[in-house]
Amino acid sequence: MDKKKNNTRFIVISLFICLVIAFLLSPFASSSPDGLEKAAELLGFLHLGEVMVWGHSIMPDYSIPFLGERPISGMIAGILGTLVLFGLGWGVGAVLKRKKSSK
Amino acid sequence: MHIPDGFLSLPVAATTYGVSAAVGAATIVQAKRRFADRFVPLAGISAAFIFAAQMINFPIGGGTSGHFLGAMLACLLLGPSVGFWIMSLVLVMQCLLFADGGITALGANILNMGIVGGIMSYAIFLLIVKILPRGKGSFLAATFGVSWLAVVLAAFVCSVELGVSGTIPFKIAIPVMTGFHVLIGLGDAVVTTAVLSYMLNARPDLVYAWSESNGALVGEEVAAHG
Repeated sequence: MDKKKNNTRFIVISLFICLVIAFLLSPFASSSPDGLEKAAELLGFLHLGEVMVWGHSIMPDYSIPFLGERPISGMIAGILGTLVLFGLGWGVGAVLKRKKSSK
Repeated sequence: MHIPDGFLSLPVAATTYGVSAAVGAATIVQAKRRFADRFVPLAGISAAFIFAAQMINFPIGGGTSGHFLGAMLACLLLGPSVGFWIMSLVLVMQCLLFADGGITALGANILNMGIVGGIMSYAIFLLIVKILPRGKGSFLAATFGVSWLAVVLAAFVCSVELGVSGTIPFKIAIPVMTGFHVLIGLGDAVVTTAVLSYMLNARPDLVYAWSESNGALVGEEVAAHG
């Protein structure tokens, strides 16, 4: 029983740390282009990436559209994304887990 | 290094989709054999952490930034099969929900970051850990080195794809892309090593690679030693 309690505590604390990273640190992220983007800029093929095939992202560029470009927009997008990935990641793990029957 | 739509030629996009799909199918079989119950919540935590940490771009100088990759982190904690799936899940959601990485380049992005940065790098990690003397020190040293290497290798393969696509000549793409990622990879290595160092002390039972490198069957309780 104690082990189970420990496990729950571990999960809650870890998720909390992820949410803190997404919420509190995201406003401080560098807005400079990343390695690939910068390479594309320097080598002159950045314009090739301007067409977007899938245009239905609900939080494009890690922001909430109706909140605009303000920091809070990215912070909320970060929280939502982290929660979605936590849930789906857990789900993927549950689907992929080993079948009990062996031995 | 999320490739957007428009950077890859159709043959490259199609081939990389094919490779990623095939590996995806093979890893399901592997995971079903080896992925123990107790790791399931950790799959959720890993996905959440990789997503959150990838948001935090850090400057590497010259008006360029980089971010955490997390492919090695996922594979070390969850094993290469589930690690690959968690990495792929993050990439799919970044593409669909956040318009980060193109949907036509998803196969390539999964190949670069899930297979090259994940599964292949994990194999290199196991090899190195088996050569080094046993113990936490060696394990963490290998974690640092291979996490860095994973980012550089992923960037290298990414530039090869751009070259084959005819987007940019190899001769230019390779040095520029790998050059940036030699620095970016250090960021990944620092974060991955810090997390693994914490996990080895707090929850060694939840580090798949620790069990595997100690020759213990995953799923059995492994006493921490080192």
